[in-house]
Amino acid sequence: MIATALPFAAAVPLLMGTLLLVLRSPVWLRRTITLGTSTLVLGYAGLLILVTRGGAVLAHPLGLWETSPGEPVVAIPFAADMFSALMLAVTALLTLLCVAYGMVAGDDEQHYFQPMVLMLLAGVSGVVLTADLFNLFVFIEVMLLPSYVLMSMLGGGHRLRAGRLYVTYNLFASGVLLAGVAFVYGVAGTVNFAELAGAGQESTAVAVAAGVLMVALGMKAAVVPVHGWLSNTYPDTSPALSALFSGLHTKVAIYAIYRLYALIYGGDDRFLGVAVAIMVATMVIGVLGAVGESTMRSILTLHMVSQIGYILLGLALFGPLGLAAGIFYLLHNTVVKGALFLATGAVEQTYGTQRVYDLGGVARKEPLVAFAFVGAALALTGIPPFSGFAAKYLLLHASISAEQYGAAVAIVLVSLFTLLSMIKIWSNVFWGPLKREPESHPGGDTETSGTEADSSTAMATGNGSLLQRGTTRTHARAGAPLTHVRLAMIIPALVLTLLALGIGLGAQGLLVLTQEAASGLIDTSTYVEAVIGQ
Amino acid sequence: MTAAVLVGVLVAGAVFLIVQRGLVRIALGLIMLGHAANLVLLAAGGMYRREAPLIDQIAAVQTAADPLPQAFVLTAIVIAFGVTVYLVALAGAGTGDDTEESQ
Repeated sequence: MIATALPFAAAVPLLMGTLLLVLRSPVWLRRTITLGTSTLVLGYAGLLILVTRGGAVLAHPLGLWETSPGEPVVAIPFAADMFSALMLAVTALLTLLCVAYGMVAGDDEQHYFQPMVLMLLAGVSGVVLTADLFNLFVFIEVMLLPSYVLMSMLGGGHRLRAGRLYVTYNLFASGVLLAGVAFVYGVAGTVNFAELAGAGQESTAVAVAAGVLMVALGMKAAVVPVHGWLSNTYPDTSPALSALFSGLHTKVAIYAIYRLYALIYGGDDRFLGVAVAIMVATMVIGVLGAVGESTMRSILTLHMVSQIGYILLGLALFGPLGLAAGIFYLLHNTVVKGALFLATGAVEQTYGTQRVYDLGGVARKEPLVAFAFVGAALALTGIPPFSGFAAKYLLLHASISAEQYGAAVAIVLVSLFTLLSMIKIWSNVFWGPLKREPESHPGGDTETSGTEADSSTAMATGNGSLLQRGTTRTHARAGAPLTHVRLAMIIPALVLTLLALGIGLGAQGLLVLTQEAASGLIDTSTYVEAVIGQ
Repeated sequence: MTAAVLVGVLVAGAVFLIVQRGLVRIALGLIMLGHAANLVLLAAGGMYRREAPLIDQIAAVQTAADPLPQAFVLTAIVIAFGVTVYLVALAGAGTGDDTEESQ
């Protein structure tokens, strides 16, 4: 029953998104559908976590084509193990909170905001639950298409430029991914995850073909040296979307890298040296870039690059320790990054700028935002009792056990630089004298108001509703002058920060789950049996 | 061999067009890249097996075309088409082509 519902985790958000495209009013119904669907997926993911405890794998063959007995069956397999379930839970939670934030911040005045976010969620569910390489490609496209629209629709004055870069880059990466799928099919003769298990160890041709897949997924995950697009696109969209994309896009690519690397290569340690070197470079270059930036979201975006290095370092180390640490880091980072983007986004959209030097003294005026930010920042740096401490400790432990001392040193040093750039936001934005009062129109960024007016008039003549942005839009409650960040805008970030604190205090509980997820990746026999044996 | 050469030429042309500044050229480059990937998919199924893969009509399984890559290509074409339309719309809706350095 629960297994039969696997494809619906992707189908229901997709259908609801389509419904919202045509359902224009009432607003409360649209919001209820969006929040309800995200909650439903979250609930289903929770159920999956319960069911997959103890290493069970659920699988459902969609469109099962019965052949004569004894012959292999033909189907589109969906499967869920602990890793998929955890990933689905954290992405659904982030979607729920980001979409709630978007409703408060005014993103959903754009008719396409909610349907596109639901379709994005559908793509994410599909990617984490599929057990078929070509389906993985299709669902990655399903996930990317709405984000192309969202990227060009919401955000500051440079959002069209950012949208172009984003679409071009991701299409290129998708082309490489598709070619990679073709190569794998050509040499292995199958795209079924179960049949591909261990194929990279047996045949060099499959290893090389899957290498193309790894490169394409690495491009989507923003691994150094292909990380430049991330910091050129994410800061230009709206804060709700920055948070959403940070948790969904790169993290889902990381999920796919974990899944495929573990399945196809089976932890072959010939790749250990290269992988560790690339990931350490990613960690170092990302954080050095972040220290030099001067807007809140550019700092956070470049941090993402650095954190991606951390997460994939766990995979590079492989083994039960490394994988459990990496998956723990992945979950922790999704939560914390969302909290940081939403907390700084609340400041940005209330005070009208994201440049750190134009802001000041926000902590005294907005203690709740300051708490949400500082909690998440400490978690990102790795200071107890927040979640980052456990995540970094596990990773450090794993790299020392694997005798990768260089990586261990990098983990500690990069943390110091992380702290440095977090202090840069903290001391400029939250500390010191108050430099700026809240704007009367939440949601606008005065920083780019000149270019924004230009582009929106130019666009109003073009394809109206899709790309038009309301510089003149008024929020429901914008009539009253705003003196503080509205409480509803803080709550999503606060929930995530408290969750990070909870993960930090109860690290043992999550660690047990990530260890189960890791053992499912190392010993793929249960997964293979579940997928093939239907 | 023909397929390999063709894929090579298509990818070279695609990369040349994608690194141009104008969005229409980028769109054309991405179309070419999509064609190259589709050709790789078709080649993955075997270029010399061309009989219709209908169960009750084929004489020998060895000569029947592999239907799976064809289904893949069909899906990939639809996706590429949708995205290309969006890209061209973006080129048309923006403030002219992005041919100058911003900021």
